[in-house]
Amino acid sequence: MSPHPASENSGIWKLIFGRLDWSAVPVHEPIVMGTFVAVVIGGVAILGIVTKYRLWGWLWRDWFTTVDHKRIGIMYMILGLIMFLRGFADAIMMRLQQAWAFNGSEGYLNAHHYDQIFTAHGVIMIFFVAMPMITGIMNYMVPLQIGARDVSFPFLNNFSFWMTTAGAVITMMSLFVGEFARTGWLAYPPLSGIAYSPGVGVDYYIWGLQIAGIGTLLSGVNLIATIVKMRAPGMSMMKLPIFVWTSLCSNILIVAAFPVLTAVLALLSLDRYVGTAFFTNDMGGNPMMYVNLIWIWGHPEVYILILPLFGVFSEVTSTFSSKRLFGYSSMVYATVVIAILSYLVWLHHFFTMGSGASVNSFFGITTMVISIPTGAKLFNWLFTMYRGRIRFELPMMWTVAFMLTFVVGGMTGVLLAVPPADFVLHNSLFLIAHFHNVIIGGVLFGLFAAINYWWPKAFGFKLETKWGKRSFWLWVVGFWVAFMPLYVLGLMGVTRRMRVFDDPSLQIWFQIAALGAVMIAAGIACMFIQFAVSIMNRDKLRDTTGDPWDGRTLEWATSSPPPDYNFAFTPVIHDGDAWADMKKRGYQRPVSGFEPIHMPSNTGTGVILAGLSVAFGVGMIWYMWWLAGLSFIGILAVAIGHTFNYKRDFYIPEDVVESTEGERTRSLAMQG
Amino acid sequence: MASAPTVDAAFLDKDGNPLFHLEHEPHHPEGSSTMLGFWIYLMSDCLIFACLFATYAVLGGNYAAGPGPKDLFDLPLVALNTAMLLFSSITYGFAMLAMEKNRVAATQGWLAITGLFGLAFLGIELYEFAHLIHEGATPMRSGFLSAFFALVGTHGLHVTFGIIWLVTLMAQVAKKGLIPANQRRLMCLSMFWHFLDVVWIGVFTFVYLMGMLR
Amino acid sequence: MSAHGHSHHDDHHGQAPAHGTFGSYMIGFGLSVILTAIPFWLVMTGVLGDPQLTAFTIMGFAVVQILVHMIYFLHMNTRSEGGWTMLALIFTIVLVVITLAGSIWVMYHLNHNMMPQMQDMSVHDMSQMP
Repeated sequence: MSPHPASENSGIWKLIFGRLDWSAVPVHEPIVMGTFVAVVIGGVAILGIVTKYRLWGWLWRDWFTTVDHKRIGIMYMILGLIMFLRGFADAIMMRLQQAWAFNGSEGYLNAHHYDQIFTAHGVIMIFFVAMPMITGIMNYMVPLQIGARDVSFPFLNNFSFWMTTAGAVITMMSLFVGEFARTGWLAYPPLSGIAYSPGVGVDYYIWGLQIAGIGTLLSGVNLIATIVKMRAPGMSMMKLPIFVWTSLCSNILIVAAFPVLTAVLALLSLDRYVGTAFFTNDMGGNPMMYVNLIWIWGHPEVYILILPLFGVFSEVTSTFSSKRLFGYSSMVYATVVIAILSYLVWLHHFFTMGSGASVNSFFGITTMVISIPTGAKLFNWLFTMYRGRIRFELPMMWTVAFMLTFVVGGMTGVLLAVPPADFVLHNSLFLIAHFHNVIIGGVLFGLFAAINYWWPKAFGFKLETKWGKRSFWLWVVGFWVAFMPLYVLGLMGVTRRMRVFDDPSLQIWFQIAALGAVMIAAGIACMFIQFAVSIMNRDKLRDTTGDPWDGRTLEWATSSPPPDYNFAFTPVIHDGDAWADMKKRGYQRPVSGFEPIHMPSNTGTGVILAGLSVAFGVGMIWYMWWLAGLSFIGILAVAIGHTFNYKRDFYIPEDVVESTEGERTRSLAMQG
Repeated sequence: MASAPTVDAAFLDKDGNPLFHLEHEPHHPEGSSTMLGFWIYLMSDCLIFACLFATYAVLGGNYAAGPGPKDLFDLPLVALNTAMLLFSSITYGFAMLAMEKNRVAATQGWLAITGLFGLAFLGIELYEFAHLIHEGATPMRSGFLSAFFALVGTHGLHVTFGIIWLVTLMAQVAKKGLIPANQRRLMCLSMFWHFLDVVWIGVFTFVYLMGMLR
Repeated sequence: MSAHGHSHHDDHHGQAPAHGTFGSYMIGFGLSVILTAIPFWLVMTGVLGDPQLTAFTIMGFAVVQILVHMIYFLHMNTRSEGGWTMLALIFTIVLVVITLAGSIWVMYHLNHNMMPQMQDMSVHDMSQMP
């Protein structure tokens, strides 16, 4: 923080506002202020529209307080998309700065701002884009694919979503009030300790992640319990849709890994707030212990992100090849093996920090071993496509692009897994290129495949393909143009997180990378245009069958969008590709004999608890102890109060089910 | 993983054709996932403690020229503390036995006794902490003491929340009786309480007893 | 799975986890008192002489006592929830072992290689201890 005027910083002001004062608003940063003005105008406009059209009641009743896994899934996706725009803005600013800051130019970003940008980019992309989006998709699809009416703990689901949002709100707040961490996305001490980062940046980081982490952990518990306990009759574990299997493994990893993040961030905050000596250089602390612990979380985290998308690719490949997935059981075992191995490789993130030959060889070998099950998966997809009748719809295009891109990312990963090679490439742009290659090529392409694949299920109309294809080509080509130069630069020894460069011969590579980033920006724009155009033409793109792709799993058995209760009758499963089996054997949809359906009730407790958590976070970040204390007591009181409410369910009456199903019968009949 | 059945006569109609849906809504007992879900949560909590144990293992020898375990730990006090937790475990067990017999007063009585033992445990722990801090062995003194306070304090914090939860449940039992929802909650707390006991076995062995052997 | 097709496939495992009886709780309590008392006695009196031997012995007692608590107080068995609780427990134990052993191994090597003087320091520090 910059120095405060003495009058503001004393006595009563400090008691109430802690270390918050007017100098926290970055008026001297024109870029931030411009963004701030734009956000305020946009925010006021949105609030105005919501108020003008009297949408508040609808938003509150049907969305904010909902416990319906489908609506919560959609809210996760919206959160992820909004945060994606922020994360990408950070990315393109970095690309621009690095393409610019040569030949004595300082570029357009000062060090204080630039360091926050690369930290925020990493944090936001992982925690508030990738995580919400995969959670959103799992939330929406898992109960449908296993023939359930909702998740095991519907209230917890709502609460988890709002805690994730609360973390995102705290992180976004740092843009306009105070600063964000300038430490890199994992905030290694001693840099992130109070001695070297005395400002609020690291505290924003800690509390944003801690609060969102609670949401992530609980949603992991929830989905595991759902998959274990709520499967439709007949669905044994080896008849689970492969996406459910990969989701299960991903959620097991969430439950196994996120506590580690919670613990290590808690210890870091003790160092910062209380002055303990966990990760300090003096008093018997050990900063390397932080690095060790955070990677015990960090490596499983990347598998948490990719595993569900391996499931998406499997579903898409099998659907659009009109074939059963090749090697289902090997796919399951590969997923389980990857999940377990992901816990045995964390040290490859710090080979260079001096563990010595025996430790490095162990972790190098375990890392390389992971490529075996991953490779097996790739062959399974290829064999699924082999002699299939492949339809190159958008989801399939993304899948093929994934296979081509991910293989390169995977192979550079094996390169990095060789400790001596890593000694050269550690912290270089080669590493940056590698993990963007797997995260964009794997996670993002997978998310786009999933969005294109399941959009008709969620909204009842397909996404149109013209803008979708434009987005696809811009994204894929843009990705290669943006990141291949980074491999080259990394091999030449350029390290990551640099703001200015001396060697003019490097500039061309950064300019090419910036061009790629611009292409990706155009791809993103095309995607949003695709959404808008599709929504405007939704009547033309309408899907009344509920099964627009000739799907194979249960979610396609119900209407699009599915009714609140998902299935009028609990489905019974005889085959892994349950819906394909039902279609093959001439399944007739029942049109009578409906019964009332037991459903969970909505509740506003999740919103309230998350709001109090934001207040708690702000209190802790700015040292407003009264606010932190009061909101903590508030959280406890609301949580305890919630447990005194025993009426958490209701029945959808028979006639409502009957009329909903009747409508579907009519629309199916009209369709012929 | 063997919980789901293979297709059998149950999923065929009377002509032997496969059934693709159930005629009637299956009876889902309310909260049927709760025990499993809570167990999974406990497993994640277990990993938090694993991290704290690992931190203690790594930093436990870094005294920074300050006091070490032998200067600080008072084994008779730790033994007394352990006894409190063990007693609270068996009394919680008695509460559960009373609950099964549907005896509200006995359940509440045993719960109250459990809570008192829990409070005694916390009181002794706080006394120990106050004593250490008074001696200058604060969490800020050395890596060893930071790790010690974090590990033992986190366990104590869990016990604190356990007691708050216990009081809440006693109020709920008083209000609603031993209805299934309350029984389920008592069983969850039972798992939580015994889980803290298991963690404490690790703490007294690994921190206190082995600390005295260093 | 029995003949009633309408039952959900997990129902037949019974929702309530196994409960103890008065007897089983008392056995558990008695065992844990003994298993707590012996290690304390071993350390407080130092009868075994060798600290390393004592350390391994009390670790053994801790493991046994944890098992006793798992069986008699937490009522762990392979049947509850169709074996899923046991599976979760085994998985967690594996991860706890990886986290603990891995961290100790990794950090020991780091300290050994990067801060050789630290080894001497801690020996030195310990020698300062009364």
